Amino acid sequence: MSELALTLLRFGFLALLWCFVLITVSALRRDLQAPDSAAIAAAPARTGRKPPRPGRIRPRNLVVTEGSLMGTVLPLGSAPVTIGRASDNTLVVDDDYASSHHARLYQTEGRWIVEDVGSTNGTWIDRNRITGPTLLEPGAPLRVGRTVFELRK
Amino acid sequence: MSAPTAAPQPTTETDDTNVHVPNRRNVELGLLILALIIGMFAYANVDLAVLGELPANFLAVGAIFTLLLGGAHVAVRYLAPYADPFLLPAAALLNMLGLAMIRRLDLAEQQRAERAEIKAPSPDVIPQVTWTALALVLFVVILFVVHDHRRLQKYTYTCMVLGVLLLLSPLIPGLGTTVNGANLWIRLGPLSFQPSELAKILLTIFFAGYLVITRDSLALVRRKFLGLGIPRGRDLGPILVAWGVSMAVLVFQRDLGTALMFFGLFVVLLYVATQRRSWLVIGGGLFVIGAVLGYFAFGHVRLRVQVWLDTWTYANDQGYQIAQSLFGLANGGLLGTGLGQGYPQFVPFAKTDFITAALGEELGVTGFMAILTIYGIMIERGLRTAIAVRDPFGKLLAVGFATVIGLQLFVVIGGVTRLIPLTGLTTPFLSYGGSALVANWMMIAFLMRISDRARSPLPDGTVDASGRLS
Repeated sequence: MSELALTLLRFGFLALLWCFVLITVSALRRDLQAPDSAAIAAAPARTGRKPPRPGRIRPRNLVVTEGSLMGTVLPLGSAPVTIGRASDNTLVVDDDYASSHHARLYQTEGRWIVEDVGSTNGTWIDRNRITGPTLLEPGAPLRVGRTVFELRK
Repeated sequence: MSAPTAAPQPTTETDDTNVHVPNRRNVELGLLILALIIGMFAYANVDLAVLGELPANFLAVGAIFTLLLGGAHVAVRYLAPYADPFLLPAAALLNMLGLAMIRRLDLAEQQRAERAEIKAPSPDVIPQVTWTALALVLFVVILFVVHDHRRLQKYTYTCMVLGVLLLLSPLIPGLGTTVNGANLWIRLGPLSFQPSELAKILLTIFFAGYLVITRDSLALVRRKFLGLGIPRGRDLGPILVAWGVSMAVLVFQRDLGTALMFFGLFVVLLYVATQRRSWLVIGGGLFVIGAVLGYFAFGHVRLRVQVWLDTWTYANDQGYQIAQSLFGLANGGLLGTGLGQGYPQFVPFAKTDFITAALGEELGVTGFMAILTIYGIMIERGLRTAIAVRDPFGKLLAVGFATVIGLQLFVVIGGVTRLIPLTGLTTPFLSYGGSALVANWMMIAFLMRISDRARSPLPDGTVDASGRLS
């Protein structure tokens, strides 16, 4: 083999190796944007950001942003969602501070309403304990026990 | 309760959702083909540079690997269709790079034997290819047998017993053999096996299963002390046992790397399970105690540290290996010497512990960084799987496997580049050694099984389907 050919092979190999890396990384970025659970879990829970204007986006997922189920994504339908420790809930939280039937979310006119269903420690939006059916804005932190939820697109 | 929409209680029917969740299998196929091309490129490059001609069996070898990797890919399509698409190509590429480097070092040994006019040692690449085939078969078998990773939790204590037995099995007289001062092999007839490699999988399953059950008492019951929550005395038991077993491995098997890896794995999992920083502090403290004890009690540990701190004093005797490795890396420089054109054979044990030094020399910093990035992607995918999966056992298991790969990599590459004292561990997927290769492929299989669970569109038992997407 000539020196030139070997040099070409050498650079070609390094280029190909980096090709693999770069293609993987770009596919990985697209993977993060895909609507799967891994993708939505990747978006970190940012506090203090303004919730998007209501009516503009329709939340499609309920995302757990804190607690032992962190990263869990529940795709929302039109059916109500119940949260609690008992196994007959839609979302079963493994959380000592949650009640067996803790809270209920339901949809009306494209918006999600949350209500407490007689929990011990209460259901909180931001720092406020809710007392009746309350509108849950996308991006607002909903706290049940030590678990925090958020509506996301 | 005033509910404006009196919808029925949780719907359990699983409506066929219209949203298409991409399973990304074609991405995996594309990357796998690229990995295959790079691997065969490396093989051709090695032979062209060393022997000046394409190997005669080039097409046959290409066909074998196409068959093996293609088979694995097809199996994933059927058995774990939503599994992470990046793990298989990354592992395959690293495996093939390792094989190319082993082939390259075989050729160097062959040439040296020709010059010295002695019989050439039998090439190591052929058994390693056989091990690769076996590992890929096992990869498929695991995907086939383990439908749901949560079933593994039932075998928590079985895994502990088997894992500890395997870990200590080289100490059984007649079964264990001592290789290069470390007593970590067992020999069964013609087969020798490194049981600690299999033990790391079993113990990861055990740690995950155990911590899922006990994490509440480990996390919640504590006293405040110096701003840290300090656990009760009896909750310290498990970490002390893990530390004791690691120290036993260090004392009786003289295997620094394995001891470090198991203890590190346990501390990381404890931290992840409880989310308490105090465990990291306690673990770090125990590690320092162990390290100081090891330094003063054992000559081989002391020697490693001295060679690390003062390599050039020992460059001709105990530090020869690490000194040669550093010379090799310097020779490689930014762009490397090119495959087959460096002198990686000057480093003793270049095929096992020092394969990264050989790759660093021939591919340079540029190639070395690419390899590290591929490892980084692999570990990131493992941790991402842990975030996405919905059950706590799966989370801990995925973190555990990603941690094992990461820790092992840090210990090996840190040692080779003289960042930390040298400890003998194999580089995942690259090094020569069948047991390590098989064990690493098994871990990838488990990770893919967990990620399939995490990414498949129909949620499993923890979270029920909530009906049609609006």
